[in-house]
Amino acid sequence: MYQTTYHRPSSIDEAVSLFGKSSEAKFLAGGQTLLPVMKQRLAGPSDVIDLGKIKELQGVELSGDVLTIKAGTTYFDIMQNADVNKAIPAIAYLTSVLGDPAVRYRGTIGGSIANNDPAADYPAALLALGATVKTNKRSISAEDFFQGLFTTALEDGEIITAVSFPVPAKAGYEKMRHPASRFALTAVFVAQTKSGEIRVAATGASQSGVMRVGAIEAALKANWSPSALDNVSIPASGLLADIHGTAEYRANLIKVMAQRAVAAAG
Amino acid sequence: MGVEGIGARVVRKEDKRFITGKGRYVDDIKLQGMTHAHFIRSPHAHAKVKKIDSSAALKMPGVVAVLTGQEIVDDKVGNLICGWAITSKDGSPMKMGAWPAMAPETVRFVGQAVAVVIADSKNLARDAAEAVVVDYEELPAVADIHAAIKAGAPQLHPEAPGNQVYDWVIGDEGATDAAFAKAANVVKLDVTNNRLAPNAMEPRAAIADYDAAEEHFTLYTTSQNPHVARLVLSAFYNIAPEHKLRVIAPDVGGGFGSKIFIYPEEMVALWASKKVGRPVKWTGDRTEAFLTDAHGRDHVTHAEMAFDANNKITGLKVKTYANFGAYMSLFSSSVPTYLYATLLSGQYNIPAIHAEVVGVYTNTTPVDAYRGAGRPEASYLIERLMETAARQLKVDPAQLRRTNFITQFPHQTPVIMAYDTGDFNASLDAAMKAIDYAGFAARKAKAKADGKLRGIGVSCYIEACGIAPSKAVGSLGAGVGLWESAEVRVNPVGTIEILTGSHSHGQGHETTFCQLVADRLGVPISQVSIVHGDTDKVQFGMGTYGSRSAAVGLTAILKAMEKMESKAKKIAAHALEASEGDIVIENGEFKVAGTDKAIAFPMVALAAYTAHNLPDGMEPGLKESAFYDPSNFTFPAGAYICELEVDPGTGKTSFVNFVAADDFGRLINPMIVEGQVHGGLAQGIGQALLEHAIYDANGQPVTASFMDYSMPRADDLPSFNLSHTTTLCPGNPLGIKGCGEAGAIGASAAVINAITDAIGKNNLEMPATPDRVWRTIHAA
Amino acid sequence: MSTVKLTVNGKAVAVDVEDRTLLVQLLRDHLNLTGTHVGCDTSQCGACVVHVDGRAVKSCTMLAGQADGASVTTIEGIAKGDELHPMQAAFRDNHGLQCGYCTPGMIMSAIDIVHRHGGQLDETTVRHELEGNICRCTGYHNIVKAVLDAAGRMKVSQAAE
Repeated sequence: MYQTTYHRPSSIDEAVSLFGKSSEAKFLAGGQTLLPVMKQRLAGPSDVIDLGKIKELQGVELSGDVLTIKAGTTYFDIMQNADVNKAIPAIAYLTSVLGDPAVRYRGTIGGSIANNDPAADYPAALLALGATVKTNKRSISAEDFFQGLFTTALEDGEIITAVSFPVPAKAGYEKMRHPASRFALTAVFVAQTKSGEIRVAATGASQSGVMRVGAIEAALKANWSPSALDNVSIPASGLLADIHGTAEYRANLIKVMAQRAVAAAG
Repeated sequence: MGVEGIGARVVRKEDKRFITGKGRYVDDIKLQGMTHAHFIRSPHAHAKVKKIDSSAALKMPGVVAVLTGQEIVDDKVGNLICGWAITSKDGSPMKMGAWPAMAPETVRFVGQAVAVVIADSKNLARDAAEAVVVDYEELPAVADIHAAIKAGAPQLHPEAPGNQVYDWVIGDEGATDAAFAKAANVVKLDVTNNRLAPNAMEPRAAIADYDAAEEHFTLYTTSQNPHVARLVLSAFYNIAPEHKLRVIAPDVGGGFGSKIFIYPEEMVALWASKKVGRPVKWTGDRTEAFLTDAHGRDHVTHAEMAFDANNKITGLKVKTYANFGAYMSLFSSSVPTYLYATLLSGQYNIPAIHAEVVGVYTNTTPVDAYRGAGRPEASYLIERLMETAARQLKVDPAQLRRTNFITQFPHQTPVIMAYDTGDFNASLDAAMKAIDYAGFAARKAKAKADGKLRGIGVSCYIEACGIAPSKAVGSLGAGVGLWESAEVRVNPVGTIEILTGSHSHGQGHETTFCQLVADRLGVPISQVSIVHGDTDKVQFGMGTYGSRSAAVGLTAILKAMEKMESKAKKIAAHALEASEGDIVIENGEFKVAGTDKAIAFPMVALAAYTAHNLPDGMEPGLKESAFYDPSNFTFPAGAYICELEVDPGTGKTSFVNFVAADDFGRLINPMIVEGQVHGGLAQGIGQALLEHAIYDANGQPVTASFMDYSMPRADDLPSFNLSHTTTLCPGNPLGIKGCGEAGAIGASAAVINAITDAIGKNNLEMPATPDRVWRTIHAA
Repeated sequence: MSTVKLTVNGKAVAVDVEDRTLLVQLLRDHLNLTGTHVGCDTSQCGACVVHVDGRAVKSCTMLAGQADGASVTTIEGIAKGDELHPMQAAFRDNHGLQCGYCTPGMIMSAIDIVHRHGGQLDETTVRHELEGNICRCTGYHNIVKAVLDAAGRMKVSQAAE
């Protein structure tokens, strides 16, 4: 790791102010991605601003039909939370197959979506559920927030404060794990909103990061059942291909994971 | 056997320090004034080193020195050697390209060191390494066997035209051709044995400490064989004469073959500690382990097997290309030759075999022995062939094996090995019973109704272990003898220290070796300690690999024990005024048989040291040593059967059952033996389903971290169902065959045979990733 | 440089470290608690797992500064004098270790697994929960046995307290 200066502010305002005073600062959430990257000297921020002790970034709220998860809430706390399990159990399930137990104790939802790894789990949930990302400056729809590989709408010094999820009528998540990294080789989140809209998002599949899958949404709109997808064909073009999965395989996984997610959603 | 004797499931003596965090691994050691090394490694697979500018780095805080490949060559540190000479079929010796510890002129694989920074801390050394500017001129590179042997391929070494190390043959070509000419059926198969990264959990590390006043070096290192390390460092690398070099291998966190070899980092640490006048420590990280620990396997093979009309095998032809990487590692040359082709007869009567092995240089990490070393490649090939043959001949795979099993021993194969004993039907029976082979068809039908593809796969392996008779391996080109030594020191109070040349890095020697002593003397194992891993304490030894520690190392201890007991009996007889022939050893006492006259073992020991009342002419003291050279290889064998299901939607494999029936001869501690099998199976299954060290066409490693290289995790594996059938090895007095490598040798074929059975297609390469299985299912 | 103040195995310590120091480096290099190991660079192998405020985390993926004010327990801190923690005893009794390198992290993770699941552990759950700990020696067979065995022992010892 390169030399750096560590800060641990106790409020968002203090964090923003520290960021403004540094030459090349990075915010540190759970650190489960940033610290490995820094250890490998692939990142060398002048200052590391730890958001872990900011109380206003912690917690989960269920208010009517909106589930709000504060950005600094760890995976473990999300997974255990009674409101999450009641309102959107698919999010609790997604979290239980994310990383490993030690990672789940440290990693946070804000950190995950700010990083926007093309194979991360949470971006699929946000996109499929039509979530809103709240920052210290504004609200951003999931659609506008995710902008491709490791790229988001966040501006320099902007801090994610929470994610709001409209509670769906039904939702399910199914993941084919990458055998080494345990990210998603391909995973699909399916949701049926209370107004009847069908939204499906796939992660780990596309060369441009998390994506909606229109063909599957259309088929499920007509018939919400796994068999509705039997004859859907997902094109392989634009999908990721690497040593663990060809593009054709990932195209197949999008369909198969979607079918199983629908089955799980009920 | 007694509660702590041979055959008892004794919990391990060494465990307490490991479970309480008190193990002492190399990286745990700190010396006064210690510096830290960080290597500057080539990012290119093949390049000329034009210039190294370390001026900026030398001005950085805490930097002690920047040393380069040219300096280590100028100081006449020897090039790395390959210790087993192989002769090609045309009579020429193998073609060795020079391998300096750091490259002065040319780098030939990504990760090869060109220079080293020595600094006050690890972080400072790494900071400074980034300021060292290395000017490379890139050269065309080749990573793949097929590409490397093509005309016009980039050439690695001027000494090896066509990138060919050797073209070696074994067996009778004429007799084999004749068998094929008369064959009723011929079965053909092309297989790739995937390259693996050994990945012991403890990364390699070394601390070198030079004492200028004594002109003496101490090296703490992660080694499976510290004495071999000292021998090679002294005799070939010119570090120091043996009496001026102490090598200590303390607790070592796994080896699996990768810690047999003496690596450049150890040589550089020793040389640098003298240059800078301070101890030098290097601890590798995981990426360095992927780049520089010798890899395993990496064969491409075409094989054909001939059968007569009764489904008896009449001949076997094999042509294998073995990828050695960029340089010939210490024992690499022997792996695809004498450790591979000599096992091509498997468990079967095969009258004629001919095998040709071509060794190939590529711009990749050197390849050498990894758990099983050659024998997994042989076993995988033969067992895939047997399965393919059964499908082609439309006979039950288990029955085809039985038809061809060797049942008479000793049995001379056409490829050097003479099997001493075994009962292959017994282990296959045990495995088939354990998995309910007869009930499989019904289970398969039920699984089909649930939308799953179920398969069963058999693998009957044999290996040659305990390596090996020194005279035999010497005649085949080995540069060392492969005996083992032991010393038994009885202290005046009757406690016992056993010094052994075997090294324990997870195998549990500190327990099993004590069990032999407990068994013979009837003393508790708490009275015995095992000393190993330090060249200043143990006189010499050949170390631990090839499943040899019990069969060879423990036999050496037995020989020394016999000498010690013989003297102790004389002392006891003298004290008890009895005849030496009447003395028996029971429960820690030396007794006069048939009487109540006895003397406790500690009193015998004390008598030996007080020397007040010894038989006339006897020297005081009670300490004996022995060297044991085995008379033959040992031949562990067994039958593994795997039952699994494939999810047709994803190609993912899930285990239903995995049974292993092994014949290891006598077991000293069944609990530890089972642990060895579990670990070996995990590595064999890992090779079959998950693991593959991959390079792109330009020699860039694609799998250099656990993010990309799939290590078997707990949820990738089943619990295993183990059993043992026993034929005692006639080659050593304890009847031991060895158990360390079996799982890794037999498991992969069982898995691939099961998957190909499940999906109804025969051609499937390892690792059988979900993607690969899914594509094979859906291939036209 | 910063001064990090924390409690390690029940003892308050203050250590001056560079800000880039990882918790595992603070433990190994500054406090000589070398039972916590490093087996990879990518936060996957789990050889470095320790408990921070009662939660099993990877000490290689946490800055020392992040542990300021925390209570850290390492493998050296779980036995009560000569009395082994039930998980330590279960690893020994079930031959759940060979080379011992992954063992400290394995034990620290396993204790956390039992704490979270109580008596509701089965083989499948244990295997899933051990996802973040890699062992190359044992094939996990005896580790899984040890964790299940210890779950029973820990229940008994909790009931006795």
